[in-house]
Amino acid sequence: MNSLLRAYQLTCIREDRVLFDELSFTVNAGDLIQIEGANGAGKTSLLRLLAGLSLPYEGEVRYREQAITKCRENYYQNLTFIGHLAGVKGELTTVENLSFSLALQQDRIDNIDNAIERVSLTGFEDSYASHLSAGQNRRIALARLWQSTSKIWILDEPFTAIDKSGVAQLEQLFLDHVARGGAIIFTSHQELQIANHSVQRINLEDQI
Amino acid sequence: MSTPQPLSYRQLFWQVMHRDLKVAVHNKGDILNPLIFLVIVITLFPLGIGPETNLLTRIAPGIIWVAALLSALLSLERLFKNDHSDGSLEQMLLSPQPLFIMVLAKISAHWLLTGLPIILIAPLLALMLHMEPLAYPALMITLALGTPVLSLIGAIGVALTVGLKKGGVLLSLLILPLYIPILIFATAAIEAAALNMPYSGHIAIISALLVLALTLSPFAVSAALRVSTN
Amino acid sequence: MWKWLHPYAKAERSYQLASTLQPWFAISSIVLLVVGAVWGLAFAPAELYQKEYYRIIYIHVPAATLSMSVYMAMATAVLISMVWQLKLADAAAAAMAPIGATLTAIALITGAIWGAPSWGTSWVWDARLTSYLILVFLYLGVIALHNAFEDKALASRAAGILTLVGVVNIPIIKYSVEWWNTLHQTATISKLSAPSMSSEMLWPLLTNILAFALMIGALTLVRFKNEVLARNAMRPWVRELAAKVGDK
Repeated sequence: MNSLLRAYQLTCIREDRVLFDELSFTVNAGDLIQIEGANGAGKTSLLRLLAGLSLPYEGEVRYREQAITKCRENYYQNLTFIGHLAGVKGELTTVENLSFSLALQQDRIDNIDNAIERVSLTGFEDSYASHLSAGQNRRIALARLWQSTSKIWILDEPFTAIDKSGVAQLEQLFLDHVARGGAIIFTSHQELQIANHSVQRINLEDQI
Repeated sequence: MSTPQPLSYRQLFWQVMHRDLKVAVHNKGDILNPLIFLVIVITLFPLGIGPETNLLTRIAPGIIWVAALLSALLSLERLFKNDHSDGSLEQMLLSPQPLFIMVLAKISAHWLLTGLPIILIAPLLALMLHMEPLAYPALMITLALGTPVLSLIGAIGVALTVGLKKGGVLLSLLILPLYIPILIFATAAIEAAALNMPYSGHIAIISALLVLALTLSPFAVSAALRVSTN
Repeated sequence: MWKWLHPYAKAERSYQLASTLQPWFAISSIVLLVVGAVWGLAFAPAELYQKEYYRIIYIHVPAATLSMSVYMAMATAVLISMVWQLKLADAAAAAMAPIGATLTAIALITGAIWGAPSWGTSWVWDARLTSYLILVFLYLGVIALHNAFEDKALASRAAGILTLVGVVNIPIIKYSVEWWNTLHQTATISKLSAPSMSSEMLWPLLTNILAFALMIGALTLVRFKNEVLARNAMRPWVRELAAKVGDK
């Protein structure tokens, strides 16, 4: 079986510091991968490399065995990336923000209410995002995951800014997504409660 | 689970433009300030060189166009800035939809908000500078065809500098030299019109520049944005 | 093309090649510069109308003719880097920008010095002068963009896009300025009255142009080597090189 996503000898250098050198790993359907490392170890840099937002100093990222720079459209069809920045516009309402990002990503636009309920923003549908808290803004971004049709999710600290029941819901969504044949690559400071599924871990500090 | 239909180019264009216009309604200063700047700059010239009508009539086309260039530059800085700082630019880059359509939509929205008001206010400015009445149509036509070119070329510079902390002055250094042809042909057209000479040739050249900018600029902007979000 | 280029895609190989070529360029350019200067300044005959001060063309013309070529070379390097993903071509483009800017500035300054006695003014809004002035602006934009990014690879990609935008614009700017000039021509400029140069003047000039070209090559190689080192500072071969130089 072909891999979904492959990191091939990735080298990342930021401000003359080698963050990781010739890092290779494979992401298959059904994988739940947590990237670990101290602050500044290059977790975010790695996620951005995988998403194709930045280019590696050396090496390449391959989607279905093809360099992602050569098959951008196909890859992005199947990628949902939620980074540090929420990508939420303060001047738009919760629903407007969500529907725009769903349209952009070609995700399902039906049943948006369910997604909003999942991130416990019911009642805030028509509030401007600038009137909501930072945590709520982040949850607007996360709501996309419930509508997502993409196979690969790359999530930078998805569990910050959501409460305990929210974490449980998101973990459940992770398991469902993986069971459906998706793959998730994420970073987190929190310990996950997921027990019945083996979370693969990649520690960046071991790579140097 | 049904996979939704991908958006057509036109739908995508409208979605992005609609969104930008909606956002702009909340930031009225972004639209008004460059316009006020334009009026103030125009006011400075008679104060600087004297109110002599003949002199003002002669240099009016140049003044209006130079002021339009500067105000375009001022307003352009905002084109990608907010999208970059709140992460929505990243989301656009990661969309399977073609980036150049989104870029074109953003530039169009920007032109509607900043270029169009300049055209609307231009007769007033021309009046203040005692411009030759014969030249008014030429002024309007050159602005209508020329300001989109300013937005299109300017967007390349903005896209290149949006990731930088101090992009403002750099932007003018990158962009102003590229504005020279449009300045030359636009003012020449107005001057020709003031002398009651034909100026359709100038207009044809400005139109050609517009077509060229329209076809090439969105691709340059897309490439530049991918560099800037790195 | 690719097959031939491929070995040089390796930074180390290119660095060595540049080191080998550099003395040849340097020595030949110095020899030709001396020959051209002495020939032009001392042996070439004086011009009929401009007497001795026409001799500034032995600097002015080479600088002016080559400043545009350097921009084109830079754009070619950028294109190669984009099409074949050859990062080293970026280093070459980055190396050339300040050289081109300096040449254009030299052309403008020597032009002004020459203009003072021959036109009676140091600056006229002549089409050629104006387009060279704009060329300086384009160069400065590219250099400023190079300096604005901390990451060299990013800087090169950004400056590369600007360089290509500039290439599309150069003919448009040149045409528009020429056209603007004929439209506004008021002061009549007495251009050089001799349309064809005598061969006694032409040969030293050609020598100087060749000398300048070789000098540009030598300077580009030096700067190229620096760029390659800076971009590969993390590589073992650069570290070894640094250690070797440190030992001496």
